[in-house]
Amino acid sequence: MKFKDKLKQLSGSWYFLIIVLLIYLCLFIFGQNLFFSSLKLFYDILLKIIPIFILVFVLMSLSNYFITSQFVIKHLKEKGLKKWFFVIIGGILSSGPIYMWYPLLADLKNKGLNHGLIACFLYNRAIKIPLLPLAIIYFSWQYILILTIVMIIASIIQGILINKLMEVKNENSNSS
Amino acid sequence: MWALMTSENKKSIKQSILKAVKGLWMAFPMIIGTILLTSFLSVIVPKSFYTSVFSKNFFFDSFIGGLIGSISAGNPITSYIFGGEMLGKGVGLIAVTAFLVSWVTVGLIQLPAESAILGKKFAILRNIMAFIFSIIVAIVTVLALGVIL
Repeated sequence: MKFKDKLKQLSGSWYFLIIVLLIYLCLFIFGQNLFFSSLKLFYDILLKIIPIFILVFVLMSLSNYFITSQFVIKHLKEKGLKKWFFVIIGGILSSGPIYMWYPLLADLKNKGLNHGLIACFLYNRAIKIPLLPLAIIYFSWQYILILTIVMIIASIIQGILINKLMEVKNENSNSS
Repeated sequence: MWALMTSENKKSIKQSILKAVKGLWMAFPMIIGTILLTSFLSVIVPKSFYTSVFSKNFFFDSFIGGLIGSISAGNPITSYIFGGEMLGKGVGLIAVTAFLVSWVTVGLIQLPAESAILGKKFAILRNIMAFIFSIIVAIVTVLALGVIL
């Protein structure tokens, strides 16, 4: 494979790392004091988060094993108030890139999942259980607990508001 | 115990571990890049810069934090590392909270895909509301934390 083809296969995040490494190379050439101070800080931060990454890895493996997309979809089909509860739990437990969930949510929308519930599901995806240890190390468990509760409440309010606003928009487009 | 498991179970355990390895590997360049960049910025940018940008005003700080988080993208791990280090540089908790929340709830980069699949009106409305809520969530969280602690 040619070098150009290999470059094309690199994702944006690798380009980001390469750019940062080039900044460090310039720093090494033009300002060695800054280079070594930055490198020392990099080493300190890395040392702080490596043990947490081991825990994150274990939690990610466990959630991948126990929580499949079929499991989440099955519970999103619940009715009434239960639906909100399972949408919140589903959002928190869902994993993988967000765009992977769009087609599934579009399919569920056709089967009765309203806009508010979809918004609620997407909002709760922000709460990542496997990443909680790292968040707690940086921000304390009290802060993370409060943030999680506030975010869950916010997701419900946002869902209700989006339902109302989408209704208003649909009524306007129907009457015009 | 491993010997007692069915081959299907063993296969799903292996797949779960591989998926976790893949997930972390995908995030690896972004994490290393962010730590390197954060370290560099911490050394080169004086603390007074952050304290001058963030005025200690609830709404202004959360607005700026939310705005930076909205235009940023990547794994949430990166936002925790960056946000945590910014706290150490004197940036207020409200700004950092708005940054963390908008990082994961506002998806400007995914907006075209979200619009195409879930509808343009819905995608735009959801992202605008997620941004507004990042400010509200930040203020409520920090106020509640102040009451509890």
